[in-house]
Amino acid sequence: MTEYNTMELMICAAARNLEDGAAVAVGTGAPCAAAMLAQKAYAPNLVIIFEAGGIAPLLPTMPISVGDSRTYYKAVMASGMCEVMETISRGMVDYCFLGGAQIDMYGNINSTVIGDWEKPKVRFPGSGGANDFGSMAWKIMVITPQDARRFVERVSFITTPGYLDGPGAREAAGLPADTGPHKVITNMAVMGYDPESKRMRVESIHKGYTFDEVQENTGFELLKAPEVVETPEPTEEELHLLRDEVDPNRYIIGR
Amino acid sequence: MFEVVAEGTGPLFMDPDADKAREFFRAKTRAMVSKVMTVSEAVGRFVHDGDYLAIGGFGANRIPTAVCHEIVRQRKKNLAFAGHTSTHDFQILAAGEVFNRCDIAYIIGLEARGLSPNARRYMESGKVQSCEWTNYGMACRLKAAAAGVSFMPARNMMGTDTFKHSAAKVVKCPFTGENYVLYPALWPDVSAIHVHEADIYGNCRIKGISVADLELARASKRLIITTERLIPNEEIRSDPTSTLIPYYLVDAVCEVPFGSYPGNMPYEYFSDEEHLRLWLNVEKDPEEFKQFLDKYIYRTRDFNQYLELCGGLERINELRAIEHLIDVDGRG
Repeated sequence: MTEYNTMELMICAAARNLEDGAAVAVGTGAPCAAAMLAQKAYAPNLVIIFEAGGIAPLLPTMPISVGDSRTYYKAVMASGMCEVMETISRGMVDYCFLGGAQIDMYGNINSTVIGDWEKPKVRFPGSGGANDFGSMAWKIMVITPQDARRFVERVSFITTPGYLDGPGAREAAGLPADTGPHKVITNMAVMGYDPESKRMRVESIHKGYTFDEVQENTGFELLKAPEVVETPEPTEEELHLLRDEVDPNRYIIGR
Repeated sequence: MFEVVAEGTGPLFMDPDADKAREFFRAKTRAMVSKVMTVSEAVGRFVHDGDYLAIGGFGANRIPTAVCHEIVRQRKKNLAFAGHTSTHDFQILAAGEVFNRCDIAYIIGLEARGLSPNARRYMESGKVQSCEWTNYGMACRLKAAAAGVSFMPARNMMGTDTFKHSAAKVVKCPFTGENYVLYPALWPDVSAIHVHEADIYGNCRIKGISVADLELARASKRLIITTERLIPNEEIRSDPTSTLIPYYLVDAVCEVPFGSYPGNMPYEYFSDEEHLRLWLNVEKDPEEFKQFLDKYIYRTRDFNQYLELCGGLERINELRAIEHLIDVDGRG
């Protein structure tokens, strides 16, 4: 078995969630690497889209910006923000990848402020396209480090909606039905959401970690899936594609 | 009348009245006259203290850098700013402290490059009144304005604190009874967009993604165009399909080769990541940053002089090779 690092494992775990023929809205970094790997390994018809307008590019290298020229290199269309967002609103985008400073047990995400909004302790960029993706794409994916300061009981500001206050809350607010958080992939585990309570639950744990360790690095009580398994390790083929084709300069996997 | 279900508490910096906007556009000239001028003249004539300003492109991609510099150099003040898809443009304008109101969709950050320490200090200083939105939400506001209507409905932002701190409203759809968020139209007083090609009247061509610039051009009361190059009107007329911005929207046309530098210009040159890193590093020390701004903006005459300071054509050639994925050493 070839050695691999945590970032490589996280990217592989994320990539395996993307099935052939699906459409995924990504940003730069690990999500983009995951989508590229999925496309090369098992989902040749995966449609990758970028919020600034790039649709189905054949990415030559890792983009630096979600609007740089790589994001529509040999694409089927160099469109605009409304084209992309309205494709999501129309229900044609299956997955989106999001990040943020904080995430809570219902998958709500904060990328706006820590502390009081009026007089913030720390100001972050704000929603960008995150709220748009998280409101309207079918399934929200998150890749983030497992850290009790990030995984908090309640985010101090809901920038992007997860399940809000729990079951039925998204629909009651007016968000499209059957949308919401899907998976959270960290350096320790893969989490999903309990179908009844809509609370985050552990589904698989990476080799070398225990449930208790995952819990210790989480600021709220985690639920357990009926069967918690060990996260499958990256295969030789996945590692080859990731290292030699997706990220040969190790921009992401070298972190 | 729609039933209003929820209202954001944020300030609305601009009047969404469509009839007032129509009165403005009724009086806007359709004369096909040369609008060619310098960036200094364009900013002097069309950007006024207190104006609402928006910048085209996507942060460090196809941005009108020369206009952002000139607004800072001319020490404009009390502007309102559309913090929409903004990164390096926001960084420049925050450095000059030219705005005191901000509609926020994305600010402070430069995406994967990190956060601007100075822009963050400015936004945490209490000097700027702000209102929260999302990227698509702001695009909807421009889209409404471009269409000449006072609002646009969408299905995002509902149920969140982003909505609470916006100036949007949630209403019941009169047809289906579903909730929709309504975005108020935004007609910026003045905007600047960088394009690949324009004629002297302001007919413009853009290659690659248009981001929200088609909407922005149509929503803006005054529009400054910077262009990589001027082309003859005959060329525009030989291929009208390629015109994305018609001349009657435009007030000024400024020829600024490499005008998106240090940002990416699609099919021309890639972003200068070293120079953008220099900005982020220098900003950590406010005193050092002050000297940096003096050197690169306040004491430069124009954008050409800035380009020279940053390595001139030699650097641009390197960035052209990166953009075109050309390995100049031929080593594969």
